Amino acid sequence: MISRRELITVGLAAGGGLLIGCVTPRVGGPAPATPVEPPAPLPDFAPHAYVRIAATGAVTLIAKNPEVGQGVKTSLPMLIAEELEVPWESVTIEQAKLDPVFGRQVAGGSMATTLHYDELRRLGAVARTVLVNAAASTWKVPSSECRASEGAVLHDATGRRAPYGTLLEVAAALPVPKPSDVTLKDPKDFKILGRRIGGVDNPKIVTGQPLFGIDQRLPGLRFAVYEKCPVFGGAVKGANLDEVKALPGVREAFVLTGTQDKFGLLPGVAIVADSTWAAFKARRALKVDWVLPDVKRSGTSGELARDANALRGQPPATLVRNDGDVAKALARGGKKLEASYHAPMMSHATLEPQNCTALFKDGVLEFWAPTQNPAAGQELVCKTLGLAPSAVVIHLVRAGGGFGRRLLNDSLVEVGALAQRLEGTPVQVIWEREQDLQHDFYRPEAFHHLEAALDAKGRLSAWKDHFVTFGLDQAQTPGNGGDVDFDELPARFVEHYQLGRTILPTHVPMGWWRAPGSCTTAWAVQSFLDELAFAAKVDPLTFRLGLLGDARQLPVKNPRLRPYDTGRMKGALELVAQKCGWGRRLERGRGLGLAFHYCHHGYVAVAAQVQVSKQGALKVEQLWAAVDVGPIVNRSGAENQVQGSMLDGLSSAWLQEVTLADGRVQQVNFADYPLLRLPDAPPIEVHFIESNVPPTGLGEPALPPTAPALCNAIFSATGQRVRQLPLLKANLRWS
Amino acid sequence: MATWHLQINGNERVVEAESDTPLLWVLRDSLQLVGTKYGCGVGLCGSCTVHLDGAPVRSCQLPVSAVGAAQVTTIEGLAPQGTLTALQQAWVDLDVAQCGYCQAGQLMSAAALLAKTPHPDDAAIDAAMGGNLCRCATYTRVRAAIHHAAKGGAR
Repeated sequence: MISRRELITVGLAAGGGLLIGCVTPRVGGPAPATPVEPPAPLPDFAPHAYVRIAATGAVTLIAKNPEVGQGVKTSLPMLIAEELEVPWESVTIEQAKLDPVFGRQVAGGSMATTLHYDELRRLGAVARTVLVNAAASTWKVPSSECRASEGAVLHDATGRRAPYGTLLEVAAALPVPKPSDVTLKDPKDFKILGRRIGGVDNPKIVTGQPLFGIDQRLPGLRFAVYEKCPVFGGAVKGANLDEVKALPGVREAFVLTGTQDKFGLLPGVAIVADSTWAAFKARRALKVDWVLPDVKRSGTSGELARDANALRGQPPATLVRNDGDVAKALARGGKKLEASYHAPMMSHATLEPQNCTALFKDGVLEFWAPTQNPAAGQELVCKTLGLAPSAVVIHLVRAGGGFGRRLLNDSLVEVGALAQRLEGTPVQVIWEREQDLQHDFYRPEAFHHLEAALDAKGRLSAWKDHFVTFGLDQAQTPGNGGDVDFDELPARFVEHYQLGRTILPTHVPMGWWRAPGSCTTAWAVQSFLDELAFAAKVDPLTFRLGLLGDARQLPVKNPRLRPYDTGRMKGALELVAQKCGWGRRLERGRGLGLAFHYCHHGYVAVAAQVQVSKQGALKVEQLWAAVDVGPIVNRSGAENQVQGSMLDGLSSAWLQEVTLADGRVQQVNFADYPLLRLPDAPPIEVHFIESNVPPTGLGEPALPPTAPALCNAIFSATGQRVRQLPLLKANLRWS
Repeated sequence: MATWHLQINGNERVVEAESDTPLLWVLRDSLQLVGTKYGCGVGLCGSCTVHLDGAPVRSCQLPVSAVGAAQVTTIEGLAPQGTLTALQQAWVDLDVAQCGYCQAGQLMSAAALLAKTPHPDDAAIDAAMGGNLCRCATYTRVRAAIHHAAKGGAR
């Protein structure tokens, strides 16, 4: 019998790469007549849930969070790999499933880098420390004389080197230090962080390997559609189920009563078929008799907008913030300006429509879910279907876009209900595009009735915003992601500031849309600041820098947020102005515009250059961004997020709106809900300011300043101020 | 149900399907070739792009009965020998994808473009790629990767 240690030695002598349990040692003479009993495989070294090292030296790192295109399946494991001292090219990344051991597993709020930059580096360092200690104890030298590099521990004084795979047995017996007790690398020694690293799924993406939610295939999988009432809050009175069941390829058709939760299992009709196409076709033949709620007033965009516009000049329902004496300041002499800004409802329109796959077997409901928030999905499923959390398993699969849509788990609970009914048979629910667009959780509509005053020196002296938005079936709380932050600029930068809010009820459920709140507020604020700059006859850059004032830290109300650093904001603004050549003379019809915004801990300034023909045709010629989120983790991913979120800001401001009529969403598909196309996407320069602060996320903060930079550029080109989006509906003619 | 003999990625595949079934769902549900994606079902997004005798077509708009003896190439067949084409390699090298869902369609449209126009200018790229939506808006890198591949992949 050969010992494990000897086996490892043999493997190393033969050049490494030994697969324990698969190799019969053949060193020192012919193979024995009776085969050697294969040794039990040495367990992987796993000091915690995020790292596994096999005796072969193969390193597996766990990607804890859902991947929806924001790049965390690559960037979070990079943090571990850096401190573990393993070459990035050699590691295998494994997607975690939902498991409390991983803490918060959410793709939302641009929080992954902010929350995990230190934590995951420490976890990598924990594993490295144990391995260094293992080598030191084997060599009987102090750990301080050893160092880790390229997946091995080195003792420079004697030239000894031990690949991690050879240290597992000793390492497994050593104590695992606390993450707070390990020493982190000096950033100047980083070999992985800050580099351009491609997405770990790229090889599968470019060869079309199964990866996404709708790619999940289980033996005997059935395909289902679930038809819900086109008017939110409706219920099923009856349906032609017998006709539908008789259609080719259809296995079952049945009604689900659902719950009252508009974010949960809605009432509807399920059709289960042998193929997606059979299910889709059967849906066309489905006739449902709906019980419709009375939503005339709360379900028509024109009515809601009329109510919102009538509130201009009226007192708000709630005074959110009131600094100084705005009424008095506005009544004083000096220049005054008044304008109303209106941003429409928006759909997320992920290119992969909502879908989910599930199997209910032996009392366990197992999901393969493209979700941004699996723990919330588990909770919803448990509550709705009467299961214990231990009976609900959620595998995270790559999602074809999130943008906030998949923070809500309606498709998960739908397929869960179907799977429970089809016990033993796996089922995939897939929404047709029309269903996806008409059963979204929409970005709340935003109206800002703004008034402001300038003092004799042309500085902002008073600001008043009566903000109007929608609430779900009530007038107390804004729809999800629809509020204005208490500390939103120019609060704290002007002596007399007032933010009031009125909420109009709608029956349509709303949800967080990329850079919630900020995505509409920044447009209104930064556009109106531009108006004020022109009214004051001050250059828009100078006006903004003057507003921000000296570099300083301003406290914020939200205790989870860091103080606002005006110096970082000014730095971004000055850099983008420099990069875009601010102050260049452009001929009529061409214009440059600026805007800046702080959200998700990120300081971003954007410049846009546009050309508008006399007939009003818009061409966006170039965008620039200056971004300060601290040190960059993955340069390629970071740049991609900034460019993508800027183009999302451009696409939404230019092209998209969701409108309601008689309680229904009017848009149907990409013909009436268009997305930006390649020929209209301008070149984008991205400049990072890499200060030494703890780094923060990039999925969102470059989006909000893009729309106002664009609209300010249009003003500069044409003299036309855009106060209602989308731009597609604005008349940009000039002469 | 009828039986169809399809030429997919160089092999004959025999499938049973209703004659109106779009090629997209035959690929995905009957042949387990799930690289071709469903996005809109009406030919507006380009996610389902495949080649029919080398020409890019929207497989969600093409009933299986209309395929006949045409050679169908899907994203899975773009690199049949297991070595990435220059275009696929450019997509990896430039890290084009964000969510990645549309990229099979982008690659199929781009591959058809390069087959006809090995060195496309920006206008040619606009014309060939304007029908492929990317919700993450990776367009700057899509354009750059096509140029990169056309230059032979040299960085």
